[in-house]
Amino acid sequence: MSSPVEDITRPASDEPFLVVDDLTVKFPTADGLVQAVTGLSYTVEMGKTLGIVGESGSGKSVSSMAVVGLHDAKRTHISGSIRVGGTEIIGLSEQRMRRLRGNEVAMIFQDALAALHPFYRVGNQLAEAYLAHHPDASKRDANDKAVAMLDRVGIPQPDQRARDYPHQFSGGMRQRAMIAMALINDPKLLFADEPTTALDVTVQAQILDLLQDLQRDFGSAIVFITHDLGVIAEMADDVLVMYGGRAVEFGTCKAVMSKPQMPYTWGLLESIPELESDPGTRLLPIPGTPPSLLHPPTGCPFHPRCRFTGDVPGDLCERELPDLVPGVEGAGHLRRCHLRNPAETLANAAEKREV
Amino acid sequence: MTPPETASDVGTSTSTDSGSSWTSNGKPLLEVQDLVKYFPVKSAGLIRRVVGHVQAVDGVSFTVNKGESLGLVGESGCGKTTTGRVLTKLYEPTSGSMKLDGTDLAPLSAKQMMPFRKDVQMIFQDPYTSLNPRHTVGAIVGTPLRVHSVVPRSKVLPRVQELLELVGLNPEHYNRYPNEFSGGQRQRIGIARALALQPKLMIADEPVSALDVSIQAQVINLLEDLQKEFEIAVLFIAHDLAVVRHFCPKVAVMYLGKIVEIGDRESIYSNAHHPYTQALLSAIPDVKQAQVGGRRERIHLEGDVPSPINPPSGCRFRTRCWKAQEICATQEPPLVQIGKEGHLAACHFAEPYDSAIHDAAKATRAAAAHASSAGAS
Repeated sequence: MSSPVEDITRPASDEPFLVVDDLTVKFPTADGLVQAVTGLSYTVEMGKTLGIVGESGSGKSVSSMAVVGLHDAKRTHISGSIRVGGTEIIGLSEQRMRRLRGNEVAMIFQDALAALHPFYRVGNQLAEAYLAHHPDASKRDANDKAVAMLDRVGIPQPDQRARDYPHQFSGGMRQRAMIAMALINDPKLLFADEPTTALDVTVQAQILDLLQDLQRDFGSAIVFITHDLGVIAEMADDVLVMYGGRAVEFGTCKAVMSKPQMPYTWGLLESIPELESDPGTRLLPIPGTPPSLLHPPTGCPFHPRCRFTGDVPGDLCERELPDLVPGVEGAGHLRRCHLRNPAETLANAAEKREV
Repeated sequence: MTPPETASDVGTSTSTDSGSSWTSNGKPLLEVQDLVKYFPVKSAGLIRRVVGHVQAVDGVSFTVNKGESLGLVGESGCGKTTTGRVLTKLYEPTSGSMKLDGTDLAPLSAKQMMPFRKDVQMIFQDPYTSLNPRHTVGAIVGTPLRVHSVVPRSKVLPRVQELLELVGLNPEHYNRYPNEFSGGQRQRIGIARALALQPKLMIADEPVSALDVSIQAQVINLLEDLQKEFEIAVLFIAHDLAVVRHFCPKVAVMYLGKIVEIGDRESIYSNAHHPYTQALLSAIPDVKQAQVGGRRERIHLEGDVPSPINPPSGCRFRTRCWKAQEICATQEPPLVQIGKEGHLAACHFAEPYDSAIHDAAKATRAAAAHASSAGAS
């Protein structure tokens, strides 16, 4: 096993490996400026998994693309700070970014068929990723490394399968190949953007197992982006809930999932059918639709869909954006809500539903 | 279970006068018997000989009662979507029968099929590709009304508006195009279109899987309300087992073109007997797990679903099954009743959940130990 710590990227201070601070991402479009991400801050430590939950358009993918440096630099307005192992990424030259990307930070995409090149053999694509960051390595070494990685992610007969094209792989195998490609340079930070959404549950379970095994072996940090709360519950140490381009709740997985303090998180948890719930009860949907990021609502971004605005005095929710602050439960659990004691209000509402 | 073949003539006469004849005198609304759909695989080159068949659906039988919903679950490639499409005759069945109110739809020509089309309607998975972007919502929802002339031309628009209101859309929006609506709203348009002809049976093929989590519940509630109000039978095809459990009192589990287990909600979710159903259920990530931390204990299935062109002999699940023995390769297990009435499973070694977990864990532990020792060398 390679030692993941003794390296140039070892942070000088005790700072977590990934620090995102007040990140704002805007895209100019024909209809106006899209405020995809506003004032987002989070940290991830080595060996930990952060789950980012949110609906489409909540900014979860855009924020991760910014960290990996995959946005269109000419057209995207980015401000704030992203530090990976102490290196500031924003404003980094494309050349240095390329050295970092793949080597320190890697990404697994949702659609493996689209992310792999259809004309090149799987083994060659993996070897290419290795050669890009190991210019001294011979082609033969790179190929051996590719086969070894395919073996590591559980592809049977890896030396033969390395000569296959992506279309000859099944969906689960393609996703494994992509994980192998992301991990071939032992990155310390892995972004997994909906890595199992397109897969069947049994294959999804295999891939999640694989990611956890690899994390144990390599000690890497993982940012896991998904809309599936069940996957988050099983994979994440910490959870960040995003809505309308902002973080609305952050805390340990257990705290957020069992005692949500933000009506949106609560609504998400209440709206999904559970395997043990009484099938006769009606689902409680969140009314309305996610906000437009061209014209985000004033005040709290969730207020047009929130059931609890009545419990807040005056029109505070419409007027003022609540801060992301710790609740009564402790310092580690942040929420963005005007409710005095959201945990209690939400728990009461849940109880009322059950009666 | 198989009713006499002659019943079809009687069925035809009752089902032609639509609307009032929703009663099915105790018989199921839809009876599917040994339904088979093979797709030919042709060789490359000029002659294009048929070199094999994709056995997408291979001998599926089930019944759906009036106003009832049956869930069809399974992994991609198991034939659940093909089953739905054959039932709407978007695909011609290779063999087998599918009786709607006693009339076998399988042998009917496109022309003969016409009067029955309005009884079976479909809701598609992807609301972005299933609506014509160049037609207004009014045209989309109104087309079935015009084609089947169920209302006079002058009444089409008011009826369309009525339908839009029914599915929770603004009736004034009939003049808009699909791109002006969000995903959830588009799915509502698709539902309004399916509802336009007051079908007896709706085939809902993954109706919520393309939608955001917060929108899914809205659409599921809508479908539930409509089903109750109009007593529509629904064949609910989905891969999300929690959603199916919520929506369907009866569930069928498919694997490689065959139903491996079928029964009521209780039997499938709390008392599954087929190892595949058990594995499928154990693989669902559970929100409640957050309180415990870590992953849920579950059955590890090795590998992928085999190719339906050349499925395994005997039991099709045996290549991934931890219980597989010699008999599984030679003899195909029949779908037989186990325990409660209506709970059928196709497995030589069908047994309830707990012992299965135990066996599976043992098998995977052994396999893992074997793999790590092989890897270490």
